[in-house]
Amino acid sequence: MAERAPPLIVGAGPAGIRAAATLAAAGLRPVVVDEGHACGGQIYRQPLAQDGRDDRARYGSEAGKAALLHRDFAALGPDVDYRPNTLLWNLRDGTADVLRDGVNHRVGYDGLILATGATDRVLPIPGWTLPGVFTLGGAQIALKAQGCAIGRRVVFAGSGPLLYLVAWQYMKAGVEVAAVLDAAPLSAKLNLLRALPLAPDIVLRGLRMVAALGLAGTRVQLGVSSLRIEGKDKVSRIVYQSGGREHRIACDGVAYGLNLRSETQAADLAGCAFRFDPRDRAHLPLREASGRSSVAGVYLAGDGARIAGADAAEAAGERAALALLEDRGLPHDAARAAALELRLAKIDRLRGALEAAFPFPAHWAAEIADDALLCRCEEISAGEARRAIGDYVLTEMNRLKAITRIGMGRCQGRMCAAAAAELLAVQTQRDIGAVGRLRAQAPIKPIPLDVSLSVDERQHDPAH
Amino acid sequence: MPLLHRLVRQDSAVVPFTIDGVPCNGRAGDTVLTAVLCHVEQLRETEFSGAARAGFCQMGACQDCWVQLAAGERLRACTTELAEGMHIVTQRGLRHG
Repeated sequence: MAERAPPLIVGAGPAGIRAAATLAAAGLRPVVVDEGHACGGQIYRQPLAQDGRDDRARYGSEAGKAALLHRDFAALGPDVDYRPNTLLWNLRDGTADVLRDGVNHRVGYDGLILATGATDRVLPIPGWTLPGVFTLGGAQIALKAQGCAIGRRVVFAGSGPLLYLVAWQYMKAGVEVAAVLDAAPLSAKLNLLRALPLAPDIVLRGLRMVAALGLAGTRVQLGVSSLRIEGKDKVSRIVYQSGGREHRIACDGVAYGLNLRSETQAADLAGCAFRFDPRDRAHLPLREASGRSSVAGVYLAGDGARIAGADAAEAAGERAALALLEDRGLPHDAARAAALELRLAKIDRLRGALEAAFPFPAHWAAEIADDALLCRCEEISAGEARRAIGDYVLTEMNRLKAITRIGMGRCQGRMCAAAAAELLAVQTQRDIGAVGRLRAQAPIKPIPLDVSLSVDERQHDPAH
Repeated sequence: MPLLHRLVRQDSAVVPFTIDGVPCNGRAGDTVLTAVLCHVEQLRETEFSGAARAGFCQMGACQDCWVQLAAGERLRACTTELAEGMHIVTQRGLRHG
């Protein structure tokens, strides 16, 4: 009888690391594919070279968690088959295509844990494609991993906990933070009172950051709308509405984001069933509390399954690995699994309160300017999308894509699909959950056409 | 004016490369995105309108930061480490092929 193929873990952020450690401890040797050059994911991303800053300077209050994750993963050594700088671009019938250094590898797997993470969610605003505009996550990566600021005088705009966190990190790094423009009204912030008993340390730390920004003279404006970024070939100012008046602030960098969105393409290729999630306003792969998906042998963990943050990702990664062990008939710690589920349920309650305190400004969708680019890749404006929706009586996302090319470009809808769904829903007066979702297509990220070498690592032909 | 401003690694080892034929110095540990945007304001011009772009997500998702090497190879600037001798092309008119 042929030996069983190893489990495959996609992603080496907090969820992937904890999953890998759990499987390795049970004697399995998982393959871990990671687009990053080193483990940590985006939240605990490691620099390409040492730059004189320690973990405290780089990761702030989360330095201890970052150090532990990096150390624990490094300690696994040969107990995991770790592949950094590796892109998973296709999944089918127990075979994964992964690309590393221009060489494609066909990897057979038995058990799949997807820990694919998230990116910033955005709604288009005029000028958001100008040089000098980055996502909140992108602005944070520039600072954390590359030690660069995205401007000398930066405005932070949008919603979500990252808005204040990254603004504060820039201020601490000595960059002038011209303003923090928050889409949410003051009334939304009252939800922080709900979050306070669940995680007093997190809430109080956030409030201290806001206070510090205020003390430093940063304008913190709540309930902004009609954002517009202006400049010729780069950012020179941001314009917004607040209190019935138009305001403008000169700046040379803008960090913008509206919470996060899950990276679900791999789950789609793996055949997972999806369901609309009202809180995240997105179709997400179905997942049990254990991390099991709708497909036997496929498990989901971390922000790639549903936005819950890094602490939840660690717990979910370990929990999913325990489910894999159980399904494989191996010993697993059931009490630990139950404790992890309790922890995840508690974090979920906190997340609900945070999402309410930093809500996605869905009402902006009706006001997206016609001249704002909706699709960055194919340069399709919101106005063009609206006309196509009307002319072709479109009601579903894949039809919108077919007619307009929205979501057909290099990013495959990562930056525009959530916004296009909001726009389609408003335009057709349907619920956001009723307009469908873009189907994922392999390759899920661009790969070179000249991938000539292919290494077949499968232990036997799966005979399909 | 560069788009990005370096706060650390000011004295790291120099990595020479060129932007549109102009010799530049990056620093060890730079991504291509960092190295280019510490000198100039754009990474590329779009295929349709020719608008300047300089990346967006910096985590390999948005695909907005693809640049071309003079020899024709394309690479994603935010996830590629700068290497000595790269000849990076950011303007359409200078692109080969």
